[in-house]
Order: sequence, then structure tokens, then C-alpha cells
Amino acid sequence: MAHQSTHVLEGINLSCIRDDRILFENLNFKLPAGQALLLEGKNGSGKTSLLRILCGFREADEGQVHWCGVAFDDFQYHADMAYVGHLDGVKKELTVLENLKVSLALGTPGAYSIPQALAKVQLSGYDDALVQTLSAGQKRRLSLARLLITNNILWILDEPFTSLDKQGIALIETLMTEHCANGGMIVLTSHHDIALPDVSVQHIHLS
Amino acid sequence: MSLAHAFFAIVRRDLLLALRRRSEVANPIFFFILVITLFPLGIGAKPNILQAIAPGIIWVSALLATMLSLDSLFRSDFDDGSLEQIILSPQPTSILVLAKVTAHWLVTGLPLLIVAPLLAVFLGMPNHALPALLITLLLGTPILSLIGAIGVALTIGLRRGGMILSLLVLPLYVPVLIFASNAVEIASSGLAVNAQINILISMLVMALVLAPWPTAAALKMSMS
Repeated sequence: MAHQSTHVLEGINLSCIRDDRILFENLNFKLPAGQALLLEGKNGSGKTSLLRILCGFREADEGQVHWCGVAFDDFQYHADMAYVGHLDGVKKELTVLENLKVSLALGTPGAYSIPQALAKVQLSGYDDALVQTLSAGQKRRLSLARLLITNNILWILDEPFTSLDKQGIALIETLMTEHCANGGMIVLTSHHDIALPDVSVQHIHLS
Repeated sequence: MSLAHAFFAIVRRDLLLALRRRSEVANPIFFFILVITLFPLGIGAKPNILQAIAPGIIWVSALLATMLSLDSLFRSDFDDGSLEQIILSPQPTSILVLAKVTAHWLVTGLPLLIVAPLLAVFLGMPNHALPALLITLLLGTPILSLIGAIGVALTIGLRRGGMILSLLVLPLYVPVLIFASNAVEIASSGLAVNAQINILISMLVMALVLAPWPTAAALKMSMS
């Protein structure tokens, strides 16, 4: 992957108000390529709200999100980012392969082909299995395989380690390290301790 | 990948899904057949009355069958997060929405077209009115799906949006119902129905061009 290193995600004076409660205000961060941003905080502190603001699903009550120095327009930004949220975003009546083909058609092809990505997340041989027959951890790995087959720079991950076993967590950490080494960037929330020794990780604590 | 590729990928995906959950998809068409077959039983052996109200019966049933099927348009995608992924696609959401509506019409609208002639004969509709019936259904049911999509997109975030959906959508369905059933009725008496057909065509073109945008915008709003 030959990414330009000019990509940068900035949050400027972000505020989020929900039901008369201020979740966060005057939040500033600047995430250059090759780094990860870990959002910490207890349940209900606004981690997911911040991620959804970064995805463009919600508007920040104040402040702006800038992508490469300008307020993002959907087209370019959506071509550069990928999101894996609480919901897996895969259809349980379709097979693993069918799901990934749809994801591929919706995005632009990335560094890995579908078989390579499946091997990477250790789902080789499950190509024609219906997703409803997969375990929760396997579904999670499938939705993370989506990140590999499409071309994207920014990964936005909401609790990526949910329902993964130790091995799965180590696997995802390797993928994240590789992604950052290739000039990608990651914004994530996690309740687990993450071990990314080779990546410079910024922390934001929401309270 | 190109826009056409994404469009057909969504259509193909939704058709596959429909194939894998047949019983859910068959509901509206069963409803359509049941309602129409019950009318002659309720009214009794009065062929004149049946023949006179046949266009109205068929069109009202088609309209209600479409309403019944609307909820399935975005519900499962909303519940499992696929809708988030569709909106986050770099392809324009409105075109992807159009792909979803197309697949939905192929699954719920097209079967109505196939059984309608049979049911029309059953109600004693004269044969020379059948072409008009088919053309109005061919033009009218996609309009119903396209307008319905706006309503579903607006109410998808509400857990029990069914009632609001019908209140939102039914008034917009009324013009289609009026022109379509009027065309079939006039065709039954052997007159030309060009005017009604032209109006339906213009409504379809307007819906095709104008409905996907508000639908896409409403879906984005429902995400927050």
C-alpha cells in the first residue's frame, strides 16, 4: 500500500450534548497518518457518539471534523474511511463470500483479495458458510475482513475486540499494527487493554 | 468500482435475500390474492356489481399489499448495521437506495402483475380491459414502492412506526389509485385511456427522479 502521508484527521472544538447532558466539549485532537487514537471512558461517556460524529452519522453540536485540512465532504471522506461498529453489518442469510462481494462492490478494491483477507482473519474454508452458522467471534472477524478488502486509510472501530478470544485479539492487533505501518490511521474504543508496541497511540479520556 | 457495479450488487444481494426468506416475501402476494378472492364470496352471485367494482378492488388490494411489504424494505438492513455500511459507501446513497427499491419492486410488485390478470377474470372483468390493468399496475406499483421508501426511511428509527407510516404514505398514494383504477374502469367500457396512462407515466418518472433523494437524506437522519 502506497499511501500519501498527507492524510490527517482533526477534531476541532468538538462538543456533543445529549438529553441536556454535556458528553464532552472543546475536544481537540489531531491524528496524523500512521498513528492510532484510543478513546477511553466509562459506559455512556460519549465514546460511541464521538465515533458516530467522526463517521458523519451525527453532527457535532459544536466544532468541526476536518479530513486532510478541510471539513469533509461525504464522497472523498467515505472513500478513505471504513467503520466497524457494534453491529456487524453483515447479512446472516448470505454466505461469507456473498457478504464480502457486496462490501467490495460498495467500496474500492484494497490491498487484499477476498481469499487473502479470509486467510488473514483465519476464516479460510468458510467461503460458502451462511453467516448465521458462524460464531459471534467469527462474525466479528468477518466484519474486520471488510477493512482489508477495501481501500481505506482511516479505520473507525467501535469495540473491535468484543467477543473475540485471545488469539483473535492478537490477530487484530497485528492487523492494526500493519495498517499503521502502511500509513493508515485508526480511531478505536476498547474496554480491553490493547498492546500496540510499534504504533504511537494517542489517548483521549472522556469523562 | 463503478456505480453500475454497486447498483447491481445491491439488487443481486436483495434478490438473494428474498430467495432465502421466501415465506416473508410471499406474505403480500398472499394477502393480495386472499382479499380479492374474498370479495365475490362476500358480495354473492351478482356479476354486474362485481364487474363494476373490479378495478377498484384490484387496485385497492394492490395498494394495501404494497403497504404491507414496505416495512421489509430497510428494516433488516437497519437492524443488522448493513444500512450504516451502505450510507458509508463512497457511491451516492440515493442510487443505492434506488437499487434497493428496484429489488423490492421485483420481489413484491412484479408478482402482483403476474397474478392480476387471473384475478381480474375471476371478478368478471372484460378481456379488453386486461391490457389497461397490466399497464397501470406496471406503472403504478413502482410509484407506490418509491413513495413508500420515503415514508419507511423517515419512520425506520421508530420502533412502532407502522401507524405513522400509513398516515404519511396513504395520502400520497391516493392520486395513483384514482388515475389507475379510473383507467381500468374506462378501458372496461371500451374507451381510450391514453390520458390516464400518460399521467401515470409522468408520475413514475417524477417519483424515479425525485424520491431517492429524500429517502437517502431521511436514512442518514435516522442514523444519528
